[in-house]
Amino acid sequence: MKTDVLIIGGGLMGFSTALQLAQRGVKSVVVDKDSAGRHASGVNAGGLRQLNRHPAEIPLSVAAAEIWHDIKSLVDKNCDAKFPGQIRIAENEEDLQTLGQRAELVRNLGFQHEEMISREELYKLAPSLVSHCKGALICRNDGYARPFHALEAFRQKALSLGVKYLPSTRIDAIEHDSKGWRLSSAKGEFRAPVIVNCAGAWAGQVASTLGEPVPVKPGAPMLMITERLPHFIDPVFGAASRKLSFKQMQNGTLLIGGAHMAELNFQQHKTTMNWAKLAVSARTVLALFPQLKDVRIVRTWAGIEAFMPDNLPVISRSKNYSDAFHAFGFSAHGFQLSPVVGIIISQLILDDHTNFNIDPFSINRFDSF
Amino acid sequence: MKNHYSLVIIGAGPAGMSAAVEAANHGIDVALLDEQEVPGGQIYRAMESIPPERAKLLGSEYLHGEKLVTELRNASIDYFPGTQVWSLNEKLEIGLLHHDKTAMISADQVILANGAIERPVPFPGWTLPGVMNAGAGQILLKSHGIVPKDGVVLAGSGPLLLLLAWQYHHAGVKIKALLDLTPMQNHLRALPHLPRALLAGHYLSKGMAYKKDLKQAGIGTLHNVSNLVARGQSKLDTISFKHSGQIHSIETDLLLIHFGVIPHTQLSRAAGCQHQWNPSQQCWTPGLNKWGSSSINRILIAGDGAGIGGARTAEHAGRLAAFQALYKLGKITRTERKQLARKDRKWMREERHIRPFLEAFFHIPEKLLKVPDDNTLVCRCEEVTAGEIRSAVHAGHSDSNQVKFLTRCGMGPCQGRQCAEAVSHIIADANGDNKPQELYRGRAPVTPLTLGQLASLFPEEQE
Repeated sequence: MKTDVLIIGGGLMGFSTALQLAQRGVKSVVVDKDSAGRHASGVNAGGLRQLNRHPAEIPLSVAAAEIWHDIKSLVDKNCDAKFPGQIRIAENEEDLQTLGQRAELVRNLGFQHEEMISREELYKLAPSLVSHCKGALICRNDGYARPFHALEAFRQKALSLGVKYLPSTRIDAIEHDSKGWRLSSAKGEFRAPVIVNCAGAWAGQVASTLGEPVPVKPGAPMLMITERLPHFIDPVFGAASRKLSFKQMQNGTLLIGGAHMAELNFQQHKTTMNWAKLAVSARTVLALFPQLKDVRIVRTWAGIEAFMPDNLPVISRSKNYSDAFHAFGFSAHGFQLSPVVGIIISQLILDDHTNFNIDPFSINRFDSF
Repeated sequence: MKNHYSLVIIGAGPAGMSAAVEAANHGIDVALLDEQEVPGGQIYRAMESIPPERAKLLGSEYLHGEKLVTELRNASIDYFPGTQVWSLNEKLEIGLLHHDKTAMISADQVILANGAIERPVPFPGWTLPGVMNAGAGQILLKSHGIVPKDGVVLAGSGPLLLLLAWQYHHAGVKIKALLDLTPMQNHLRALPHLPRALLAGHYLSKGMAYKKDLKQAGIGTLHNVSNLVARGQSKLDTISFKHSGQIHSIETDLLLIHFGVIPHTQLSRAAGCQHQWNPSQQCWTPGLNKWGSSSINRILIAGDGAGIGGARTAEHAGRLAAFQALYKLGKITRTERKQLARKDRKWMREERHIRPFLEAFFHIPEKLLKVPDDNTLVCRCEEVTAGEIRSAVHAGHSDSNQVKFLTRCGMGPCQGRQCAEAVSHIIADANGDNKPQELYRGRAPVTPLTLGQLASLFPEEQE
């Protein structure tokens, strides 16, 4: 099969890139060794968060937020996106100081999306929050979406614009010759002048094949979801000095994360819950919302994601080939960035440059690896 | 409760009880976890407290359990009734809830003996209050002697239906109708298995006797019934069905349905044991060797949870699994294991004579399993219809997990217990496959666990 751009990995980054290319008239094929959104893209917590991003990611995240607020015009569906804000709670004076400094840092970079709120305003937003909190950092136009629905919307839109998608198609070999790239799989051979590596936790294998190994590590952050409860809270909650991500979804269930890791058998794609860490997660939630102690947990799970040592993604042209590109290693916070990543990669391919500063995300930063 | 045992057995029905007694008699430390307050499982429920009159009604097959229960009570076993196991993993860590106290214990060997569930078969109106499983009706009869006072319609397919009709009749319950949804072709399907079944003729003659008894009392079975529909506004008031080419309806506020039983695989799936499609039993069963070892070496599975074989087979399989565990623990030699197993193996073979016949005779029509009507609810927790599942398949989502992600079916509190099978059939049908799709991946907690209960675990663990 021949195409203009071959994209390895049928997650959000892959389909977002394919969608942008298609809108500019460029054909692409997305191949996936499993099914679309099987790993990080489909089963993450769905956070649309600009709050507390690494400074290098802020411009991308702010641009992505604008797209998410009008996501329907891009993918025809609203992806169940909601924007009730995201909050980081300060529980003591030290937390207040940390968060205050953060707000100042963001302002000094020329952005306005993060601000401190008073104790009074915090309790107006979260009347049921335990009473000792002092204030919070907020990003009012942050929110969340349903990840698999978003993935599906991106995929369907891409397909409607002529993108080809092949699930259960693992790339076994990648070769480069005078005519461009040749990739082989059990389902047949692909030829394309350009390839994009959006293979998530498996992207390291692709990078190594291109002769540019990166220290990407697979990890499986655990999530749990509860039974449905009457609506009691709107914003997404985190805390300055606790591992927590906590929100009440549109249907009333509570989604609880905290970046605690499951045990992972990467070869078998198998995760085993670490109950000791999930117990910590439950204690964290109850420390802030003690009235939730009798709420039933319905399900726990962990999706496989790609983590980088500096927790920054690789969004980059290949080190060794001018016609290969990378977008992976989002270290469990890529969901929100996905619309912008598609734009950046398509610009790199078609315009040879992008307006975003992507130097911090270059694959060359691992030269010593 | 200790935090580690050589052997942990989950389920105190015939398989679990016989395994526990056998293992304890060989001097190893055994914990037996069971969600009921008294031993016996579903089949020998309330054995120790049942009044003689009611026990007689339940028959000699029920009374057989008395010996097992007595042996269990006399053996040296850490028996924990009232215990829900909410997690089991490949490291043999067992998350449990014992009288509201959460714990996580571990084991060198685990025998899963958690039995069967009634096969959920969605049909129009099946979620209306007043439509219940026949098994639930029988539990009320066994435990509390409760019977429906305004009469009942029984419908479905399987030996339990006939048995319950007979038991109800003798308890003075009005049987408004007994509707057999098994198609006539099943008689032909079952015929080749009849000679072998005759070797276990007592099961057949018992069934015929029930039927004759009911017939003499004026309760005939309507065979070859189809198009069962339950109707009502907020609760059941009428059922309708097709028989001999005509639609009939009956007023009733209680419909007990039954479509046979299937292995309860939620824990074995959550642990990651491999399962395979069993076309004869029309269900997924764990892949096991002849000693009951699953694909996870130290997890053994015995009883109906391993594939439907009935109470007697379960009892023998429980002992075989115990011998295997004892062998693995170094308590008996290979030769001893073989010798000890000889009798159980012989009895098991005899018990199995009847199964192929029963499985063919009560083969559920494929059409019913595929939930033909688009408007029928399949996932009652999240209210997802068969039509929505078919749409997801047509949008390119070709396995149970993808359909679950998209439609939320199976994401409710029952964790897919009610819909997993139907979803797998619907997807396979829409894909044009003749083998059903694998069920949803199992996810802990498989039974309810609150945030407070989870928070009480591992108190020393820090962020």
